[in-house]
Amino acid sequence: MPHRSGEGPSASEVMAWFAREVLPLEPLLMHFLRTNWRNSGDIEDLRQDVYLRVCEAAQEEYPAQVKPFVLATARNLLINRARRERVVPIEAIADPETLNLPADVPGPDRTVVARDELRRLQAAIDHLPPRCREAIVLGRIEGLNGREIAERMGIAERTVSEHLAKGIAALAEILHGQNSLTEGKP
Amino acid sequence: MSEHFSDDASDITAQAADWLQRREFWNWNEADQAALNSWLDQSLSHRIAYTRLGAAWTRTARVAALKTHGPRSNVAESLSRSKTFFRLAAAFALVAAVGVGVASYFQAPAEKTFATALGERKIITLADGSRIELNTNTVLRAQLGDGHRHVTLVHGEAFFDIRHDAIHPFSVVADGHRITDLGTKFLVRAQSNRLEVALMEGKAAFDAADGRMKSPIVLVPGDALVVSDNQIHTMQRTAKGLANELGWRRGMLIFDNATLGEVAAELNRYNSHKLVLADPRTAAIRISASFRTGGTEDFSQLAHVLLGLKVEERNDETVISR
Repeated sequence: MPHRSGEGPSASEVMAWFAREVLPLEPLLMHFLRTNWRNSGDIEDLRQDVYLRVCEAAQEEYPAQVKPFVLATARNLLINRARRERVVPIEAIADPETLNLPADVPGPDRTVVARDELRRLQAAIDHLPPRCREAIVLGRIEGLNGREIAERMGIAERTVSEHLAKGIAALAEILHGQNSLTEGKP
Repeated sequence: MSEHFSDDASDITAQAADWLQRREFWNWNEADQAALNSWLDQSLSHRIAYTRLGAAWTRTARVAALKTHGPRSNVAESLSRSKTFFRLAAAFALVAAVGVGVASYFQAPAEKTFATALGERKIITLADGSRIELNTNTVLRAQLGDGHRHVTLVHGEAFFDIRHDAIHPFSVVADGHRITDLGTKFLVRAQSNRLEVALMEGKAAFDAADGRMKSPIVLVPGDALVVSDNQIHTMQRTAKGLANELGWRRGMLIFDNATLGEVAAELNRYNSHKLVLADPRTAAIRISASFRTGGTEDFSQLAHVLLGLKVEERNDETVISR
């Protein structure tokens, strides 16, 4: 049980911990949520709730083992929600302990990981809507600022903002592994 | 931004993405930061969404070092500041200048020297509203005032944004050549027996300072000119190529299909910690990449992580080998 011992970690410490320890589990978490929850329209909300609960707990005390904690949190959330909505038999929600989750294989060396990541980013960028992709490429790769992007593309600054925001969110989905666009390709 | 307490995840993500792009791409002041902080303080979910997007965005920085060259990306342009540049310049050679003429020298009334250290940039604003931006490791001597508008680029690189004044023409002397503005924006780089001039806007005349050219070359926007080994080559650059060339004004160095050797040489212009490529084969690897001018570490990380090269830190240099 988390214990209250005066002041917990600061918000920014919790966020650093979250980025370092929890975010890399996103593909696993998404896999778990998708396998156990039929309505795909709920998945993003569910993910947010899991993260919120995990971070709330971490404000008190960091869990000793992050992965089991995240998955248990997800499972409890699904069970509560299923109870409330009476949609899924509770037994149907897999226990992560027994679930056939992708095993922790020793990672390939960093070069391979990075090349893989580069491919993912390339795929991610290629899958953005054309104008959105153009704005992101100009901004992130060519290093232009918003005003310069607007000039180069001949569109309003407001529209550039929208393209950039959309692109940032879409890249996060892909890089954190919700949509493995490169999966299945050789 | 209006108060917003919605728990809807996609909504929060959209707001976080908007904050992130605002901070990343637009003018950002203390008031903006305060507004962002207060949004973050509103709820832990806001903080989580922002952290999540920020973490992915940071990862794109690491890989953004390699540019996309897919068929659908229209960013391909194979000219860079360097050998490629020179090779193409040579291919479009127009002038091999030999000639005799009359030199018109100017006498300097009062001279002032401006200099930048390694990695430093400096902007000089003249009384007439003209601006001169000095890049890293540059020395410029100026004779200004009293109707004089003459500068000498002793070494380094400078971008000129000059108000035209027909009565008091502005001239730059670099490496024995003179550029006289006819109302323009242009870039001059003088470095180890090689002079480059690129014109962004307006018009300028290029002449040998000792008058050995028969007539000046008139530069129009997009023109680039390289003087090396007493040969003058001119060529047309695209707007994008020129914009890349000026990346340093934003603290960025942008390369299209350049060799590691060329990239390292560019970065070394800005940093005392030098990048050394151990062998010619390593130096010949081609990349397309963007770096911050201080991005020596980004470079060695890219070399190691993406290209699988060995990176060895020594006292004040990083040695990269196969």
